[in-house]
Amino acid sequence: MSDFEYAPALESKAIANISKDYGLFINGKFIASHNKKRFETINPANEEVLAKISLADEVDIDKAVKAARAAYVKVWSKMSGKERAKYLFRIARLLQERSREFAVVESLDNGKPIRETRDIDIPLSAAHFFYHAGWADKLEFAGFGDKPKAHGVVAQIIPWNFPLLMLAWKIAPALATGNTVVLKPAETTPLTALLFAEVCQQADLPPGVVNIITGDGSTGAALTKHPDIDKVAFTGSTEVGKLIARSLAVSNTPVTLELGGKGANIVFEDAPLDQAVEGIINGIFFNQGHVCCAGSRLLLQENIHDEFLSKLQKRMSKIRLGDPLDKNTDIGAINSAAQLAKIHELSSSGQAEGADIWSAPCQIPNKGFWFAPTIFTGVTQAHRIAREEIFGPVLSVLTFRTPQEAIEKANNTPFGLSAGVWSDKGSRILWAGNHLKAGVIWANTFNKFDPASPFGGYKESGWGREGGRHGLGAYIKGAK
Amino acid sequence: MSLDIKKTYKLFIAGAFPRSESGRSYEIKDKKGNFIANPAQASRKDLRDAVLAAKNAHSSWASATAYNRGQILYRIAEIMEGRSEQFVAEIMAMESVTSKQAQVQVRQAIDTWVWYAGWSDKISTIAGSTNPVAGPFFNFTVAEPLGVVGIVADEKSSLLGVVLGLAPVLAAGNCAVLLASQKRPLSAITLAECLATSDVPAGVVNILTGLSDELTPHLASHMEIDGLDLSGVDSKSAAALRISSVDNLKRVHSFSAEKSPGRILSYMEYKTLWHPIGV
Repeated sequence: MSDFEYAPALESKAIANISKDYGLFINGKFIASHNKKRFETINPANEEVLAKISLADEVDIDKAVKAARAAYVKVWSKMSGKERAKYLFRIARLLQERSREFAVVESLDNGKPIRETRDIDIPLSAAHFFYHAGWADKLEFAGFGDKPKAHGVVAQIIPWNFPLLMLAWKIAPALATGNTVVLKPAETTPLTALLFAEVCQQADLPPGVVNIITGDGSTGAALTKHPDIDKVAFTGSTEVGKLIARSLAVSNTPVTLELGGKGANIVFEDAPLDQAVEGIINGIFFNQGHVCCAGSRLLLQENIHDEFLSKLQKRMSKIRLGDPLDKNTDIGAINSAAQLAKIHELSSSGQAEGADIWSAPCQIPNKGFWFAPTIFTGVTQAHRIAREEIFGPVLSVLTFRTPQEAIEKANNTPFGLSAGVWSDKGSRILWAGNHLKAGVIWANTFNKFDPASPFGGYKESGWGREGGRHGLGAYIKGAK
Repeated sequence: MSLDIKKTYKLFIAGAFPRSESGRSYEIKDKKGNFIANPAQASRKDLRDAVLAAKNAHSSWASATAYNRGQILYRIAEIMEGRSEQFVAEIMAMESVTSKQAQVQVRQAIDTWVWYAGWSDKISTIAGSTNPVAGPFFNFTVAEPLGVVGIVADEKSSLLGVVLGLAPVLAAGNCAVLLASQKRPLSAITLAECLATSDVPAGVVNILTGLSDELTPHLASHMEIDGLDLSGVDSKSAAALRISSVDNLKRVHSFSAEKSPGRILSYMEYKTLWHPIGV
């Protein structure tokens, strides 16, 4: 029997109104950067230039922080929670109204499949604003004291893997709790943040409450070091997170960090195997594996190893890699040449250290940055591919014999962001859930996110939580 | 007349009272400059042994029922009560306080254990949640103990500071390595003797005496310590300790001298678990 072939189902680019160049969004207006320096943002699926972006330096940052301070002192800190809430509700609605446009732009700038931007990134971003809008006038009931106070001006730095969603995770709780914001999107994915600046204008958000400054790593570093910042929130690599934490240790500026992971996805012998296969696929190949909480280590109970692996490989052979704007696409482009090089380097180390590599038979496009879904078997805990975050579609498979061994291996990492448990036995799931050192445990599911659900890591995966009641604490002075 | 039997003040590691492996001690004097004792001067190796003991004790302490932990904390208060006079005498020897003030401090220290004993099986109720996610999932968040916490207690009230540091850390289900005040270490060691004769499992609390400048940097940089309480460190030294604590992203706090559930939660981590709902 021959398989059905999928005909391309392309989403139109026409809806994406991308300007040729963008200024910095400071005090409610787009303005040229002080030094007129620009950089390009490209579509990683075909390497075409999408727009020219301003590179903010210290002078621009100072201007943005001053705008945020003025907005905090004169407007935002005086406004009632009830009124702040209305702005957040407006933003949520505007994002919903423009969701298709946002989905296309996100897909173009990031390389992720339109199916994911359309069904996950954009609706969850809107949901985050809607959820936090409701908190803005109820903060005294959130368990942080009778008179919860904002920090003031918050500096926020976000990564390129979920550009708009990470913006929403940062800006929504900050505004709900009464802070003003200077946010720097990632160098390779600035577009939806700049579109979001337009949404702020459409929502009539008071100028200076949200400021978006674009740039590279040096811009981010300078932002965190600005003396008039009251709080820093960062999502990105553990390495950069530690640099920020050290640089703020003297001033003791409050910091929350959402950092790397090396999540274990544990499949017990009694697990529903077909369902688990889907979960493992979602755990590591969702968003090209550019996910801090990815289930990048598969821990298989030894007696199901061979059966599970053959099911997994069969399923991986059906994964469709290609044009991110094709609605059939499962795996899009790797976000940048630099990230692709990093994935290649770690993948080579896996082979050099003696693990066995297998990649799904995908047609790799000629242009752009791509990496076929890959698994390594025969991986030991000492291998780099079992210890280091790859941040790509690469899964390391290890085995265990007893539940205790599974937990020991799962916890044998300095990270502690996520873990998965697959089993049909309730008591075993709760036992494993108890013993896993991770901030988010997905049992018989994986990579689920919701604004009501706190997210964040143990150990070197970060400080603090985002989302839910607990996430509000990051933006309230002195909250524990 | 009969001569006093003077106490030898030693370290408290893994439930035992060793001298420093370095063989060192240092002299402490009372407020009038008279000799009091030669407590052990702990070395980096002693600190590492203490951390190891805490690490080894953690999994059974964290998995003890909260009810059980609460009873054990209450038991510490019981044992301290019987030693009140000794605590008062030691506080008066070290601090410029009246007998009345020393008695108040001991009373507060004992009451602090009782207060936190009651928290051990309530903190998760207050801090946890079920989360109404937009999908067919049961989703809940619980507060869990962090692991090993290093404590440099506030030394203004030498006994109360130690208890304010230890009690919330233990109520949460953590193990502790506490550096006693360099100048006023007596209360901490006598407290260790109470802990050793109460039901606190060996290694759950470890107490070191010695020189702060020598020991605190190792406490801050040790990769098996998960949290730090720097309440007893001046702000200038705290900055340097915070920098080295970043190596493993320790949770670092310092507190004013009062009790609060926030102090327990500072050394707990939130864990969120998702499970599908279906037939």
